[in-house]
This record gives sequence, structure tokens and C-alpha cells, in this order.
Amino acid sequence: MNEHLLTLSGITEGQTARVSGLLSTGSMRRRLQDIGLIEGTDITCLQKSPAGDPVAYLIRGAVIALRSEDSSQIVVQC
Amino acid sequence: MGLTANSTGMGAVDHGLVIEKADLHDRVVALAGNPNVGKSTVFNELTGLNQHTGNWPGKTVTNAQGRAVHKGAGYIMVDIPGTYSLLAHSAEEEVARDFICFGDPDAVVVVCDATCLERNMNLVLQTIEITDRVVVCVNLMDEAKKKKIRIDFDQLSRNLGVPVVGASARSRKGLGELMDQVSAVIGESGPRKTVEIRYTKPIEDAIAVLEPVMEEKLHGRLSARWISLKLLDYDETLCTAMTEYLGEDLLSDPQVSEKLVEAQRKLSNSGVSQEKMKDDIVSCLVMTAENVCGDAVFFDRGNYNARDRKLDKILTSKWTGIPVMLLLLAVIFWITITGANYPSQLLSDGLFWLGDRLGDFMLWCGAPSWLYGAVIMGVYRVLAWVVAVMLPPMAIFFPLFTLLEDLGYLPRVAFNLDKYFKKASACGKQALTM
Repeated sequence: MNEHLLTLSGITEGQTARVSGLLSTGSMRRRLQDIGLIEGTDITCLQKSPAGDPVAYLIRGAVIALRSEDSSQIVVQC
Repeated sequence: MGLTANSTGMGAVDHGLVIEKADLHDRVVALAGNPNVGKSTVFNELTGLNQHTGNWPGKTVTNAQGRAVHKGAGYIMVDIPGTYSLLAHSAEEEVARDFICFGDPDAVVVVCDATCLERNMNLVLQTIEITDRVVVCVNLMDEAKKKKIRIDFDQLSRNLGVPVVGASARSRKGLGELMDQVSAVIGESGPRKTVEIRYTKPIEDAIAVLEPVMEEKLHGRLSARWISLKLLDYDETLCTAMTEYLGEDLLSDPQVSEKLVEAQRKLSNSGVSQEKMKDDIVSCLVMTAENVCGDAVFFDRGNYNARDRKLDKILTSKWTGIPVMLLLLAVIFWITITGANYPSQLLSDGLFWLGDRLGDFMLWCGAPSWLYGAVIMGVYRVLAWVVAVMLPPMAIFFPLFTLLEDLGYLPRVAFNLDKYFKKASACGKQALTM
């Protein structure tokens, strides 16, 4: 994979980023879209869980926890 | 009048789902909504004990129906599965979509969470695309008030083109008005002017090719625009359900298939692949939801859930998350165990005393000693022990657990433990069997 690509898993607590694309496919892709994760959506990283994974994000007013395997499939811009 | 199975038309339509009407004039109302928006509370408050559950025919998805009476009229409320969308990604979504579309409900109530209304609009919009007989019930208004979220229902209703009612189902607030609106919507004749969901130009162009011929073939039985969109989206499950509903296979109709091929060619010529079309459809829905809520939902406190965030910092942070969790669970177990001692003792004393009297009575009646031994010393004592030991802890533990659930702590536990559960190929939710 392209190393220059910034994904959601690279965002630190308190930072906000804008989604520029989804790499996930199939049901995970649709699931993310259903909760409003489309191109242009702003996401704020709220906090990590005690084990560091999953991480809680603020997406369209709702707090949603994503595992790093899923958040690394979400391409963002800061 | 007793319950009579009435399957005229209804049952045949929805793959054999039988709608049990108590009265022929009962109207059928589908209850839709995202998961965890208090849909079951609305359903329970409206129908009381007057309900029964089963499965959707051919699916491992539970179905609940109940009868509500409002101002003398009867309504059969059909609780359809909680979903985020109707795009038929899962068995639940398929059931929900098929019932709204082919179950011929007289009205559809979409229950929403007032605290994240915009996200809930996705489902509302998709429902409105299928039918204009929709009432939106914005539930959890009490929660929204606490979070200083203000909702302009008139504006939202104007934006959507369907009635919008605020409610707090837990305290029965707003449910009367909800049923007033349901009855008004059912009573209306003629189509409603509802919000239009505009897709990207290539998709709209393709729909324009297909819609006229679908209009002609469907004779107003279903929304031609929506069916056209779904045909372009290669939705196979929908085609099967539609063929069953209409009693004819529209896709084998030469006029339809010709236009469908033409529309599909148009799409691929503009570089819209199947995957891209799915993405675009969702994007347009999300953006329409944003517009619909834009001038109707206000967050009076800029950082409206700051308190939640502060609590989360304690409940789920690296250093305090796990210790706080262990402490909380320990306190609950301690209350359960020590608190249960006293009632347990009382229960066992009482039940054993009753057992002795029963035994005396049996012997007085002249029962043989083997019978006395089996019934009193065996069956009764074992049962009394089990009840005395098990009932008090359960009566204490479950309410406490429900309290944690209502406070929203359980998802935090799942969040804390997910990584460890993942190592065992499970997920955090299983920590507390949520």
C-alpha cells in the first residue's frame, strides 16, 4: 500500500480529519457508509481504549469505536 | 371479539407473514427505526400486553405484532427489525425493506434518536423514497433536552414533507400525538409532496430512461422512481420479492428489459461502475440528510456532550479504564452477595416452615413414608433451597445490571475489553453478552 497515504489510524487524540476515501470493501464499506462515513465527512479522534485499540471517534454527532484494522482502511486529510 | 387470523392479501403478499387483525377495520402500521432508539419502548407503550412474537417467514429474524387502540380505532403495529438502512445488506434490512415495500402497511412510523437525528435521517429518507405514508417519531427527547439539543419540528416536517412528532416513549410523552398523526396520514387521500432525493447526474439520467416504462407497468402499485433506481442497482433480492408481489416478472417484459439495458449502458458510458453507483447513492442520501437537518436541529451548547467526554476520559482511559471497571463490577457483586443474605435467610426459613406444615398435613392424611420422603424431603426441599438461594441475588443483580445498561456503561466495557476478546477471535460485545 502507498505509504504516503494518511489513514484514520494515524490520527492522534483530539485531532480532526476529513475523509477522502474508503479502501474497505464489501459489508464493512457499506456499514461505514451507513453511519455517514462518506467523502468529506469530518471525524474527530476522541480517545483510545485502555489497550490502545479500538479507538473512539466522533462521526456526525455519534461516538463510534473502530478497530485499527478498519480505521487503517479510511483515507483522510488533515 | 376474539383474535381471528386474517390473511386476506396481507399474508400472501409478505411471503406468508400473517397479520392478525382483531377487527376488519384495523389499520396496519409498520414501526421502523435504527437500533437502540427506543423502538421497542414505543412498541410496548402503544400495544401494552396486547402483542405476540414469532419469526418472519423463512428468516431467523424475530417479528412482533401488537394491537393499539387510539380514539376508538384499532391499529396493528408491526415491529420491523432495527436497521440503519434499507439497502438490503443483511437479512434484517431485507425484511424491513420488504415489509415497508410489499407488506402494504397503511402507514410507516420511523422512530429516531433525537440525540443523533442526522444519522437517523438516512433511514427516514430511504423510507420516504418507498412510500409517502410516513410519520417520523423523534424519540428520546428527554435525553436531547439534557444535551441541549433543540429541534424545530415544524421546519423538519416541512423539509421532509411528512409529519414529525417529538416523543419520550419511556414516560409516554408524545405517543398520543404520534397516533393522531398516524391516523391523519392514513386518512389522507392523494399523494403527499415529500422531500426529493436527487442523485448524481448520470444516475438521474439513467432513472429518467427507465422511470416512464416502469410507471406504465406498475400502475401506481409501487414507486416507479424507486423501483427504477433499485433495478439499476442490480438488487436481486428486490427483484424476487417484487415478482412475488406483482405476480409477474417485470424483468422478462421486453419493454422493461430494453429500457434497462439502455439505462445501464448510459451509466457505464458516464463511467459509473456498479460499486461507484452504490457509493453515490449513499453519499446523496447522507448529504440530503445533512440538508434536511441543517435548519431544523440546533446544538445550543457548542460542545454539547462535553460531560460525556469527561466521563469517558475516566471510564475508558488507559490508566483508569480497567481499574474503574473492576471496581464497579466488584461493588455490584458485593451488593448482590451481601444484600442477598438477609432475604435468602428469610425465604428459606419461611419456605421450610411451610414445608414442615405440609409434611405434617401429609402424614396426618395417612400418606406412606416413601411418598412423604419423595415429595417433601425431595421435591419440595430442593425447590425451596433453589428459590431461597437463587431468587434474592437475581432480584438484586439484574436491576443493578439494567441500571448500568441504562447509564450506557456496557458499551464502554465492550470498548475497554475488545482487544482482549479479539485475541480469542471474539469481540468486546461478548464480554457482557450485549
